Amino acid sequence: MTQPGGTAPLLAVRDLKTYFVTGRGGGTARAVDGVSFELYPGETLGIVGESGCGKTVTSLSILRLIPEPPGHIRPGSYIEFDGRNLLTLAPRDLRAIRGNRIAMVFQEPMTSLNPVFTVGDQIAEAAVVHQGLSRGAARARAIDMLRLVGIPDPETRVDDYPHQLSGGMRQRVVIAMALVCRPQILIADEPTTALDVTIQAQILELLERLQAELGMAVMLITHDLGVVAGTADRVVVMYAGQVVETASTAELFAGPRHPYTEGLLASIPRLDRPADRLTSIPGNVPAATHWPAGCRFHPRCPHAWDKCRREEPPLLDAGTPGHTARCWLVVEPQRRRPAP
Amino acid sequence: MTAWLLRRLAASVAIVFAVLTLTFVLIHLAPGTPFLPSTDDRSVGPEIIARLRRQYGLDRPLPVQYLKYIGSVAHGEFGESFSQHRPVAQALADAVPNTVLLGIAALVIEFTLGIALGAYQAARARRRVDAALSHLTLFFYSVPTFWLGLALLLVFGQWLRWLPVGGVSDPIVHDTLPWAGRVFDTLRHLVLPACTLGLVGAAGTARYQRAAMLEVIHQDYIRTARAKGLSERRVLLRHALRNAVLPVITLLGLSLPFLLTGAVLVETVFSWPGMGKLAADAIFSRDYPVVTAAAILAAAMVALSSVVADLLTALADPRVRLGDGDAA
Repeated sequence: MTQPGGTAPLLAVRDLKTYFVTGRGGGTARAVDGVSFELYPGETLGIVGESGCGKTVTSLSILRLIPEPPGHIRPGSYIEFDGRNLLTLAPRDLRAIRGNRIAMVFQEPMTSLNPVFTVGDQIAEAAVVHQGLSRGAARARAIDMLRLVGIPDPETRVDDYPHQLSGGMRQRVVIAMALVCRPQILIADEPTTALDVTIQAQILELLERLQAELGMAVMLITHDLGVVAGTADRVVVMYAGQVVETASTAELFAGPRHPYTEGLLASIPRLDRPADRLTSIPGNVPAATHWPAGCRFHPRCPHAWDKCRREEPPLLDAGTPGHTARCWLVVEPQRRRPAP
Repeated sequence: MTAWLLRRLAASVAIVFAVLTLTFVLIHLAPGTPFLPSTDDRSVGPEIIARLRRQYGLDRPLPVQYLKYIGSVAHGEFGESFSQHRPVAQALADAVPNTVLLGIAALVIEFTLGIALGAYQAARARRRVDAALSHLTLFFYSVPTFWLGLALLLVFGQWLRWLPVGGVSDPIVHDTLPWAGRVFDTLRHLVLPACTLGLVGAAGTARYQRAAMLEVIHQDYIRTARAKGLSERRVLLRHALRNAVLPVITLLGLSLPFLLTGAVLVETVFSWPGMGKLAADAIFSRDYPVVTAAAILAAAMVALSSVVADLLTALADPRVRLGDGDAA
């Protein structure tokens, strides 16, 4: 696969399968079912999809944060970082990477902070554990980090508890906590979803600035293509536990090749076009225990024909380098039905 | 904070006063009197009983007795015990230290063992160890304390003869021992009653702690802690346990009153001369002054314990602020 700048990927996810055993005969939920993608140094990769498409499970699988049981990562899955497979690493070696070289920011800033410790303690903790910082040094580092993420008056804020901060401030704290060891990769799972729109923009700006300053790669997981448009270099679109399209951001917005991506783009409300009602993709994401046969999107697809119901398409090269789509239309474009 | 404390203390005084009144009325209305001729001693004639009643003021109307009693309590005077023929304060002064000793020992066992066991079970949730411990705690939680006390007595006191069967100290040699020997002697006597109370309490606390811990383990901030690369030990002992003991502190507040009020059954089984035994004996002999004084002490302990529990909660949980919102 081609990549920007011809460099080697920092993180390579190969055929990741994360399944969940659901209670009492419900079967196995194939939440992530054969996902592959790469993350290159310094880039921002957007991972996009509706709720239930497997994007969060993918991100949690990378650091093996899936609760086991009920979840498990299938043998044969492979996540390469620094020449090693994260999925077979000894717990001790994995811990040396977590929070140190690969860090995560979670969606809910209130619940992802521990209510009984000061934000300073929580920010410095990873540095204390990974770098053996002393008490005094840890406090100084926490203050530096608070300043870095733009929290005013960091010398007093460092002793605050999470409940004393606003939602936006808390998310800044969560980001400071993730970045304290200067990780090479930051995985941000819906970092702005729980925040007000104005705060969302501030947090995205902050992430962009910090990425430039610290030179890390960012994996931005979101359901919001608008967020991706402004920040990501490349986009991976996920549907029903699979990657359905990958492309550079510009190309994805200019010429999407998968009907699901088209649907997502069409459902972004536009200010420049009058519309009576919001467009949406008909139907819902099917249950992960019973993915449809053939192309998993065919029940919702306006172009589907019998081949789509029978045969599951692979990720097909969609013309330009680095652009792939899991859709038979790529090889049979004449099957496309004109828009009604 | 100071205002909160003053308000809470004022409320406590009101509660104690209400309990005093209720106890006073109830015990006087209860059938039976303190001075009944005993069945084996017919020589106590009705005129002697009448004199005794007059002497202790029991022939006066109840409201008068009540006002008199309030007046003396306000001066720190609790009257004289009918059955022990000595001041109530003296009887309490003998019983309270024994009860405090037993209570503290039991509480320490209950909470250290209970919290440790519950946290351990939660960390091994749904494995065989956890299931086995759950059965064990359910057993100890279900058995009556007096039965457990008798069982322990039988095994360790009677069969194995490792430990004494009752009392706070050896009546014969205790006073002849050097101080270290006296401490050891008291500890030997303390083991069985403290374990009886402590084990039953620990079983309850462990079940509570396990549930609290399991709830905390599924919180987002535990995932955050793991994502930081912390060891499982640090995640559980620092991040999870600190949150999971918060509800248990409330439980501690509910157990604190036993420190002074005593456990009647266990004190009886082990002939432990504490508050529980004193109060129970006083009730049977209609020893009004002792019953009322014990009730006052118990009420004061309950009221005070709830203040202490709230203070502890505020100390442990930064989100709790003692102020206008959470009075009484």
